Amino acid sequence: MTIEELYETQSAELDRRKRLENRIYCCTAAGCISCGAESVKKAIADQIRSSGREGKLEVCGSGCLGLCSRGPLVYSERDNELYGEVAPEDAPALISSNPVDREQLRFKRADLEAPFFAKQHRIVLANSGRVDPENVTDYIAAGGYQALAKALTEMTPAEVIAEIRTSGLRGRGGAGYPTGLKWELVARQPTDTKYVVCNADEGDPGAFMDRSVLEGDPHRVLEGMAIAAYAVGAQQGFIYVRGEYGLAIQRLQSAIRQAEREHLLGNRILETGFQFRIDLRIGAGAFVCGEETALIASIEGKRGQPRQRPPYPPESGLWGKPTLINNVETFANVARIIERGGEWFASIGTEHSKGTKVFALAGRIQNTGLIEVEMGTPLREIIFDIGGGVPRGGKFKAVQTGGPSGGCIPEELLDTPVDYESLAAVGSIMGSGGMIVMDETSDMVDVARFFMEFCMDESCGKCIPCRAGTVQMHDILARLTRGEGTPADIDMLEQLSSLLKEASLCGLGQSAPNPVLTTLKYFRHEYEAKLKEPAGAGAGDSAAAAGGEER
Amino acid sequence: MSVKTLTIDGKMVTGAAGESIFNAAWNAGIHIPRLCHIGGLSDVGACRLCLVEIEGQPKLAASCLTPVEEGMVVRTNTPRLQAHRKLIVELLLAERNHICSVCVQNGNCELQDLAEGLGIDHVRLRYQFPRLGVDTSHERFGIDHNRCVLCTRCVRVCDEVEGAHTWDVKGRGRNSMVITDLDEPWGQSETCTSCGKCVQVCPTGALFEKGKTVAESRKDRRFLKYIVTARKEHQWIR
Amino acid sequence: MPTHVQESSKPRAAAVRDNRAKFLERAMSRHHYSGDALIEVLHTAQELYGYLTPELLKTIARKLKLPPSRVLGVATFYHFFSLEPKGEHSYIVCLGTACYVKGALGLLEVLERRCAMAGSTSPDGKVSVNSARCIGACGLAPAMIRDGEILGRMTPEKLNEDLDRIGVE
Repeated sequence: MTIEELYETQSAELDRRKRLENRIYCCTAAGCISCGAESVKKAIADQIRSSGREGKLEVCGSGCLGLCSRGPLVYSERDNELYGEVAPEDAPALISSNPVDREQLRFKRADLEAPFFAKQHRIVLANSGRVDPENVTDYIAAGGYQALAKALTEMTPAEVIAEIRTSGLRGRGGAGYPTGLKWELVARQPTDTKYVVCNADEGDPGAFMDRSVLEGDPHRVLEGMAIAAYAVGAQQGFIYVRGEYGLAIQRLQSAIRQAEREHLLGNRILETGFQFRIDLRIGAGAFVCGEETALIASIEGKRGQPRQRPPYPPESGLWGKPTLINNVETFANVARIIERGGEWFASIGTEHSKGTKVFALAGRIQNTGLIEVEMGTPLREIIFDIGGGVPRGGKFKAVQTGGPSGGCIPEELLDTPVDYESLAAVGSIMGSGGMIVMDETSDMVDVARFFMEFCMDESCGKCIPCRAGTVQMHDILARLTRGEGTPADIDMLEQLSSLLKEASLCGLGQSAPNPVLTTLKYFRHEYEAKLKEPAGAGAGDSAAAAGGEER
Repeated sequence: MSVKTLTIDGKMVTGAAGESIFNAAWNAGIHIPRLCHIGGLSDVGACRLCLVEIEGQPKLAASCLTPVEEGMVVRTNTPRLQAHRKLIVELLLAERNHICSVCVQNGNCELQDLAEGLGIDHVRLRYQFPRLGVDTSHERFGIDHNRCVLCTRCVRVCDEVEGAHTWDVKGRGRNSMVITDLDEPWGQSETCTSCGKCVQVCPTGALFEKGKTVAESRKDRRFLKYIVTARKEHQWIR
Repeated sequence: MPTHVQESSKPRAAAVRDNRAKFLERAMSRHHYSGDALIEVLHTAQELYGYLTPELLKTIARKLKLPPSRVLGVATFYHFFSLEPKGEHSYIVCLGTACYVKGALGLLEVLERRCAMAGSTSPDGKVSVNSARCIGACGLAPAMIRDGEILGRMTPEKLNEDLDRIGVE
């Protein structure tokens, strides 16, 4: 399609929709599908057909509608209502043009004015729940691929990069490296062959933001990648997606096919001279492949082991060529920045952390689900206003951010704003956006043990501090949870933490002690309460007692 | 080729552009501890023993993989580095069953030397006592996985110098193990040329020659320099 | 009559086997027999055969011109690949943080008591039990995957019923 056709497609689709009485969106993200969304969607479609109002009513799938705890979710465009816990039996009432019939469903309505929705600021998720992820026309109707068209025809690659730099966008994978700077590094490389890679190996336990974006709005990621490819001068891209994300893989495959068919990807994009292909690479179950050098090794068909940096991938990445690696959410921000300008994006958020951040709320929290807030929003607002606090009158104890690389933040620090620097200052990290709430029933030593077990199982085994250190740390934490620990164990835990942090080869090992360090810092009394009663002199060094002849 | 001047442990040192800190230090008589590095093979930066402090850089750097730079100020032996090295060697000693008194390499073992040099007289960590096998199916050599430190020197020498790539690593994390072919008995390997290079580069008693006594078990690595310079420079230096 | 069924299904099973080899060949050829495609080829091989036998790995190594040890090294690095046959049914318990704080261990206990330890298959070959590091269904914690389908908000009771249904002792 040409650029003119892109705009024509949009207006034709919008005209068509104007003639509809209602369009009903059924959330077909993984969460709702697993509680029966497919049968709800089918029941509504059947009902429309049997009522003979096919030209007037339409049902479509949609990306995550956010309030996962109340799935299956259905959004009705005409009356701007969101319904939760919808059953196939509700279909007649849902499509009825009689408001009295629809009133039957009032108990299932979610209050869209509630803080859960009202306090969110949606840029990345703007389309999620408002476009059918399986249909490129839906994305085009929402203004999709217009940013790519603008970049290709009105901007030079350098101008695209300048816009991204102005926006202040930083990597959403966790570390927060300035995106524009990274693009510039790749663009500056003199070689012909370059690659753009989307890191969709979201592996933190408790994180499902990238999954939702890929399932709910895959074209947004493709468009962001294409703009990046134009800016840095790449013709080939890869999306490295977790093998566990079956639905996201399907949606991406179909989105790439549709985009190629419409000349939005592939050769002669939008009938300009620009070409860019995207291939999928499916992960095979290794958390460490989220680390960029391990991800590169994995795309090359090797064991996913990280290597020493420098050289960084912008200089030497895939097959030794300059490679731009950004995370899903980072790419998902790009099109909006090009569309509305870097200044606009930079006006949102805090001084050093611009824009919004998507978080996945889970654990002991009323509203589990997917949210997007302006950077700088205090944790307390996210957990208590948006998340609705701890259910059933439980008492909040800690929130874990950043997964196994992050930390546990206690009640007294809940006024910490979410931005890269503030979270790092309290010993955690922004991470990819998992947020797990714990209440007073959670044992913090066990939480630390849980994360250490994760890191132990996911350690690639290349460097000694991480391979053997996580085993020893887990050993000590398990002993502590069983009430068999000694003060010497806590001391050794701290020494090992320092070793892993400073000496490990990659980020996985370097950040593995964070859950231990933060729980030791904020919940040390829980560790001490678990210590074995002092059994007299000499009991301290349990390792020596168990060791026997060491050499 | 341009020459860089830097300071290592207070001593002025020169190194060629692109040369590693480790090599420049070694040539100046400063021997940084290491286990995975061995001259003539590629470096992987896995053992983390050769970490050094570089002034102005918050992070520690693996000296085997960090090139020298003009004006660099490097410290190789601070209390912080020594504490880390000590704990790394303790981690290794606790990870598998390193019992020197029954090892053929006793007295000629790089791990033993490291422990001695770092003053390790006991291990503060809990021994893991994994149950690992010994493969003696090869007619001339054997491998005792209990003594393997996973430095991957055998994997690299087999791939880079011999060219057979008989060895690799299977599994991951604490379950990592070096393997021959599809984890088949070494003696049945279709790719092994029985050259014995892996045995010679192994830092511990994990890879050994059969029928040698403790006194005879010396590893000879002169072949590495010989072959590598022959390949690169067409000079056969003995 | 059971004997009849067996006889007639024999040639068909052989035909399927032949096709599998053909599909695998096609996958390798699509990637131009490049060693870089090892992981994609292993994915395909496992889809076709259920698990990776030494013979399969040898074939793949030869065709992609890779040393056998590297192929095994890759196949054992990634937890998706299995070198052993899987059970008739597969249960994967998510042990992600959200599921963990909501009692996933209780689900694993049921499976380990009634079927097999995590990472193994029950002696009768009926059920394979595995744990996963977050399946990304945190909103439905505790969640598990039965034969590719996500089961959300599970309880030991629901799981017991499910096991009864498929006829686990």
